[in-house]
Amino acid sequence: MAKTQKVSFKLNGKPVEATVEARELLIYTLREKLAHTGPHIGCETSHCGACTVDLDGMSVKSCTVLTVQCEGAELTTIEGMEQGGALHALQQAFHEEHGLQCGYCTPGMITRAYRLLKENPNPSEQDIRKGIAGNLCRCTGYQNIVKAVQSAAKKLAAAR
Amino acid sequence: MIPAAFDYHAPRSVADAIKLLGQLGPEAKLLAGGHSLLPMMKLRFAQPAHLVDLGRIAELRGISQVGNEIRIGAMTTEHELLSSKLLAEKAPLLVEGAGWIADPQVRYKGTIGGDISHGDPANDHPALMIALDASFVLTGPKGERVVKADGYFLGLYSTQLAADEILTQIRIPVPAAGSGWSYQKLKRKTGDFATAATAVMLQMKGKSVAKAAIGLTNAGPTVLKAREAEAYLAGKEINDASLNEAARLAMKICNPTPDQRGDADYKRAMCGEMTRRALQAAHARAKA
Ligand SMILES: Cc1cc2nc3c(=O)[nH]c(=O)nc-3n(C[C@H](O)[C@H](O)[C@H](O)COP(=O)(O)OP(=O)(O)OC[C@H]3O[C@@H](n4cnc5c(N)ncnc54)[C@H](O)[C@@H]3O)c2cc1C
Ligand code: FES
Ligand code: FES
Repeated sequence: MAKTQKVSFKLNGKPVEATVEARELLIYTLREKLAHTGPHIGCETSHCGACTVDLDGMSVKSCTVLTVQCEGAELTTIEGMEQGGALHALQQAFHEEHGLQCGYCTPGMITRAYRLLKENPNPSEQDIRKGIAGNLCRCTGYQNIVKAVQSAAKKLAAAR
Repeated sequence: MIPAAFDYHAPRSVADAIKLLGQLGPEAKLLAGGHSLLPMMKLRFAQPAHLVDLGRIAELRGISQVGNEIRIGAMTTEHELLSSKLLAEKAPLLVEGAGWIADPQVRYKGTIGGDISHGDPANDHPALMIALDASFVLTGPKGERVVKADGYFLGLYSTQLAADEILTQIRIPVPAAGSGWSYQKLKRKTGDFATAATAVMLQMKGKSVAKAAIGLTNAGPTVLKAREAEAYLAGKEINDASLNEAARLAMKICNPTPDQRGDADYKRAMCGEMTRRALQAAHARAKA
């Protein structure tokens, strides 16, 4: 029997626990043990960003983080964006601006944009393109993704 | 893609980490940001029996100035380098260089110490360290020793770090006021390693070069210091003739590995071009 250990962290505000081998990657714990299948596996080689989650205020690729590194951490995934049944401004904006086609990259894209807007609430187009450079989209050509992030930034600013 | 099994250790202090390294022996590896090591472990190019995670050691993080020296904890992330006011003011070359590394997600996790320790000539920090004349603090069971970046990199995945030591701090002498700087990197896309890249620090005296320091990324089995080009430039004006000669001297020491980014001749030529551009850009920023 392989050696396992218990890891506790907060997932979208709720305390959770998982029993994992040290070698288990965070994306597998989220998807297979904690039933959070929003973060996707695109490349598994740290390149595509589909697996992006928010870990203690950082956008990270959860295929390149060990679950055991997350003891005590606060994690947010796409599942945690919506509040009380209302979509997050970014989710609403991706919908309105056609920021997705197949949707495969979308959870990672929105989770990354979430942190980007926290750090830079009023980003230029260039800031957005640089800020999402770690997220690949094979469908949209990025144009509408940039528009969606801009639109969400405006709505969030107006709400403040 | 799942790494081979290993035992995980998360010490809280440098002293505990060094003790662990001593107890676990050569089968143990340090884990920093994990963005070179974990990909290698997923591919099973690396199969350490133990990982000693430096992520919980607070004393290994942070950027400060002590006297005429900037001190950076080895576990300081690229993201933290990019947002440092002190570095932007005193060592902007490092900020410019960090911005060329990987993508935002990787920069939240990747550390300056990990990038230096990995020993891959494609990593960007080694050339920045050469240009900035940095020193590294290596801490082991017998205490600390401080070694110069120049001479630290021995070959592919090989540095002066001993198996029971940890790179704990990077020390950079504050560059002379008015120094020009530039990191020029040719890459195919975001997240790509350099086809060729050159780091330059340049001090001018009147119209002539007082001192040039030049580091070359991915131009050989390890980072290269372009000594002949540096020596040639001293006392010269920066013009087409001197730029061409400096680029030629830099290219002369290149021995790049052909890969999907290009063959050796192409990469050598690009190293020359990056050197020319970095010198030009540094010259434009330098104040005599
Ligand atoms: C998609 C992608 C793109 C990338 N692009 C670039 C790029 O353009 N330029 C670039 O330079 N890098 C790039 N990288 C690599 C990235 O910057 C890594 O983070 C970095 O090379 C290693 O730092 P780390 O903190 O992640 O170290 P780790 O991966 O944790 O460790 C790397 C090695 O260094 C050793 N080590 C780590 N810290 C110490 C220490 N303090 N003392 C002694 N040994 C130590 C480890 O044992 C290991 O052998 C890229 C990575 C990815 C995934
Ligand atoms: S699945 Fe993690 S970056 Fe692609
Ligand atoms: S919408 Fe299909 S990959 Fe982005």
